[in-house]
Amino acid sequence: MRVSLFVPCYIDVFEPRVGIATLELLRRFGIDPTYPLDQTCCGQPMVNAGCHAEAVATEAHFARTFADCDYIVVPSGSCVHQVRYHMTSVEQTEEVRAVRARTYELVEFLHDILKVEAFPWAEFPHKVSYHNNCNALRGIGHGTASELREAPFSKPLDLLRKVKGIEIVEQARPDECCGFGGTFSVFEPAVSVKMGHDKVRDHAQSGAEYVVSADSSCMLHQKGCATRLGLPLKFRHIAEVLNGARA
Amino acid sequence: MSLSPDQPSGRRHGLHDLPHPDLQGADGQSARHEDGSRLVHAEASSRPLGSAQPATPAEPQPRGATEHGHHPIDHDEAARRFIAATEHEKMHDERLWDLRQKRDRQMHAIPEWEELRELASAIKLHALANLPEYLEQFETRAKANGIEVHWAETGAQHNEIVHGLLADHGAKSLIKSKSMLTEETGLRHYLQGKGIEIIETDLGERIQQLDDEAPSHIVVPATHKLRSDVAHLFAEKLGTDPDNRDANYLAEQQRQKTRPLILNADAGMTGANFAVAETGSFVVCTNEGNADLSANVPPLHIASIGVEKVIPRMADLGVFIRLLSRSALGSPITQYTSHFRGPRQGGRMHIVLVDNGRSARLGMEPFWTSLKCIRCGACMNTCPVYRRSGGLSYGATYSGPIGLILNPTFDRRKYSALPFASTLNGSCTNVCPVKINIHEQIFAWRKELAEEDEMAGGKRAMMKAAGALLSHPAMYRAAIRTTDSALRVLPHFVAGEFAGVWTKEGRDLPDAPPETFHSWYQRTHGRTGAE
Repeated sequence: MRVSLFVPCYIDVFEPRVGIATLELLRRFGIDPTYPLDQTCCGQPMVNAGCHAEAVATEAHFARTFADCDYIVVPSGSCVHQVRYHMTSVEQTEEVRAVRARTYELVEFLHDILKVEAFPWAEFPHKVSYHNNCNALRGIGHGTASELREAPFSKPLDLLRKVKGIEIVEQARPDECCGFGGTFSVFEPAVSVKMGHDKVRDHAQSGAEYVVSADSSCMLHQKGCATRLGLPLKFRHIAEVLNGARA
Repeated sequence: MSLSPDQPSGRRHGLHDLPHPDLQGADGQSARHEDGSRLVHAEASSRPLGSAQPATPAEPQPRGATEHGHHPIDHDEAARRFIAATEHEKMHDERLWDLRQKRDRQMHAIPEWEELRELASAIKLHALANLPEYLEQFETRAKANGIEVHWAETGAQHNEIVHGLLADHGAKSLIKSKSMLTEETGLRHYLQGKGIEIIETDLGERIQQLDDEAPSHIVVPATHKLRSDVAHLFAEKLGTDPDNRDANYLAEQQRQKTRPLILNADAGMTGANFAVAETGSFVVCTNEGNADLSANVPPLHIASIGVEKVIPRMADLGVFIRLLSRSALGSPITQYTSHFRGPRQGGRMHIVLVDNGRSARLGMEPFWTSLKCIRCGACMNTCPVYRRSGGLSYGATYSGPIGLILNPTFDRRKYSALPFASTLNGSCTNVCPVKINIHEQIFAWRKELAEEDEMAGGKRAMMKAAGALLSHPAMYRAAIRTTDSALRVLPHFVAGEFAGVWTKEGRDLPDAPPETFHSWYQRTHGRTGAE
């Protein structure tokens, strides 16, 4: 199985340890992912701003960079949502369509492709509040959203429940958006920050010590909010917890 | 109907230890039963009302977006002021979240909920795809029932037709129930200019009329107001006691002042929730019975109906009635579901079928399915941006998610920034009872408006620069070598004075790790890439 790793820009710059944890975690399952050094971005920032023409070259570059593999694994639901559903500015060649279909978010890859049953090395003896990125939850189907009448399931919680010692606590508004929203965070800063403050207070009131998510972008925003409010929350990407981080 | 057993009853209300005082019960009990012992009422359904006496000086009511002709509405600016009015924002968020939770409980009590949504969507799509036929059928049957039917292509034509009818009957006063369509056409201001006295009979809408504000929500039009705002307003306009904030007192005072006007009105107006082609009849859903007063007390009844309201058969109606109030207010049904089939003896009934841009929208791919909307407001109740910013911050007839996709069809320039007042989280799409893909249409509007250069030039230039950088790996790598420089070029962050905008409202900057993942990989794995 030829797997390539895409490390989104946030993780690359602000949370490099998430990229490292993803790489190490995949290696634990006998996969040695390639990390194409020329990678940049999935094009989401431009596309979400409505600037599709401005995203063409970036999307083409993404498709070229990841053309030669069976799976592209990404530790971000948001970027995968872009690639799978919104990478339509670039001409839809066979190569582009193949790359889009082969792109998987890390939780999906572990849950649906590798069908991982255990993480024997993992132990996280803490109270954890799980944050669903909206694109991960409602976009690529990490789990059921509270608005729908469906049999409840959650791929990330399925995985986290295999981690020794972990205690999952529930928020009052479990899948309420945290207000990051990409460029929304800087174009509508007042609403973005209010939503962020409400979200981190909800985490704190649930008794959580840690917030865990499959998306670093939301957590970057939430961490900024929690620090400002003086809330003692700690943030970990799910890749770190599944890879055996103890704290 | 019983509540679903898997729904926790003692769940915390929201994000804070105590709900806003306006939502707090005097007896500390929450009102969520459906056994009829307490009236589930549109305006006051969230919580029993607390102490009437003001404990603290009232926070002034934040006002909506500033409008300058066709200049783009600045939602961020108005939302900021709403959030700064902390009492208002807290109450608003909690009140609407409470409606969302009630909606969820109703959903869990209906096993076939998702099937109903699918069916409702299919019926609407079918009706819209065959709109001319169903409208003609509706007109024919309505006329056969003794209703006079008029057609208005524009809002202005609608207003003229209504005024003409009033003039024909020598009507000087008009009572009307709530109608988003007449908000669209600006009927109230038009008729006031013609010397007609208008009384809104829906309590929330009456409050908004007295305050000269548009409705901030399509179902609960004064939901952005605290009781203290209403007490202040009524004191000024109706002469009530400014220190008495008791909801029962305020509602009763309003009733006493308005009832004589209703009883003596020359004409009445309603909207319609559904027009049934098969029967030529229409249906109005209210919780206050005010549409029935408007329709039945005066000798003349005029109903303004948007052309998209037509459904084929009476048998289809049940699908929508089951979804409407459950989605809107989390109650199984509105208190009144009134069917109007023809004029009563000695009375006259007119229908004005209004297009006002709907035919044009029907031809707009991918936006035409927004015509499925049944105006329940569920997308507003669930929208985390709407709950924090208040409906008037959108500066438009329609606010919240549905407003983001409807308003640009009326005025592309004025509402060009609204599709950006969203995080694209998708909750609106999931609650929509007729399955409009609202958040995908918001996304599509961004593209549409950017292509027409309606987007603020700065944003576009930023994205152009980002796109150029991100398709050139060597340049990109050089640009993000340090965290500090990354903050200046990473596209989500390139809003000019990024650090200032990010931190000003109460959010710290991210930490700066010593090296990027890319550098770490090169250091530990060697330069094996194609760079």
